[in-house]
Amino acid sequence: MVCESWKTKLDTYLDGELPEQEMRTFDAHVRSCHSCSADALTRVQMKRTIQGAGRRFTPSAEFRARVQQNIAPKRQRSLLPGWVFAATAAVVLVVGTLTLTHVQTRSGRDQVYSEIADLHVATLASSSPVDVISTDRHTVKPWFQGKIPFAFNLPELQNSEFSLLGGRMTYLDQTPGAHLIYDVRRHHISVFIFQERSLAARFGGNALAPEKLPFNTETWSQGGLRYFVIGDASTADIDSLAKLFKAAS
Amino acid sequence: MPHFERLYNFACWLTHDRQEAEELVQETYAKALKGFPSFQPGTNFRAWIYKILRNAFLTSRTGLKATTTVPLDLEGEEEVLPAVKETPESILLQRSDGQVVQQALEQLPITYREILLLCEVEEMSYQEISATLAIPMGTVMSRLSRARKRLRDCLRPQFQKG
Repeated sequence: MVCESWKTKLDTYLDGELPEQEMRTFDAHVRSCHSCSADALTRVQMKRTIQGAGRRFTPSAEFRARVQQNIAPKRQRSLLPGWVFAATAAVVLVVGTLTLTHVQTRSGRDQVYSEIADLHVATLASSSPVDVISTDRHTVKPWFQGKIPFAFNLPELQNSEFSLLGGRMTYLDQTPGAHLIYDVRRHHISVFIFQERSLAARFGGNALAPEKLPFNTETWSQGGLRYFVIGDASTADIDSLAKLFKAAS
Repeated sequence: MPHFERLYNFACWLTHDRQEAEELVQETYAKALKGFPSFQPGTNFRAWIYKILRNAFLTSRTGLKATTTVPLDLEGEEEVLPAVKETPESILLQRSDGQVVQQALEQLPITYREILLLCEVEEMSYQEISATLAIPMGTVMSRLSRARKRLRDCLRPQFQKG
């Protein structure tokens, strides 16, 4: 059976680990072979389910603060070797950027913002920040179909300075959501969309951004969905993108 | 700390205990700072820090206990044949029942659970997994294949119940 030899490599193919030439050959085969394409679809579904199920545990704000505190004192020693200083400074810098100063006392709302900031930075630092790469909203939006338990609209960007770079699935409190990335004058802006009901308890009726968040942000609730726009772009740009989303929803 | 949440999640899956996971993550960051000279610039930082966490786990009481119950067929030679067509477990998976999959993952031996998490959840390349687990690439592939098969085996009774 010709397909048996293909199927033994199917997982490796779906993991993107076959040599380039073999990947191309495999691509062509999967497109033309009903049996292999059905099998591939099942396995992709399995990978996706494991991914969702595996992202299960979230550290508490207190624990994050504790680790931060444990690291911080070492930075203050004056006679440390350069590498310790460099490593500690790097970690502390990132921690400081991504977490709020008053992390020990922050509310659920502050923690949500902190996690959103973490997601934004971690994604931009990733070698593959988006899973669907397209500037076309009609390509990006359908990509989320079946992956997240809600639908949303993406704004028309014609005559605006924004361009869509792509999207990816994301999780907040083990709840799936959409993460879109936009570009404006070389600044990257993240737009996160989650179901409002999954975050309502943590906001407690107050969705105002914490004062010391290291990014410009805007959030609002519309049609049962909670939107977050976050980035290092100017407040005006964040506001403009938010308005486009509000108009589209 | 871009890896902080992921490391914590991975630690929880290894230990099955949040308290222990916290200790493990703390220990990992302490060791990472202390052992920073052993990190070679240009190599994979993520694999390096996950390796520290995993090594810390393996030398912990829970880790030692878990690794003494590793299945004997782990690195066997027999070929693992994939599922050929739609199976009961694939139908189950299509329901996206995350809780059932979580339970199945919990039942897996630690060696299978960790490699599945590194591949599917952490989306590590085989090379990164090889560096993290300190095993050859060939072993990564065969172990991953067995882990997937074992997961399907764990899911089958769940389907039959449903």
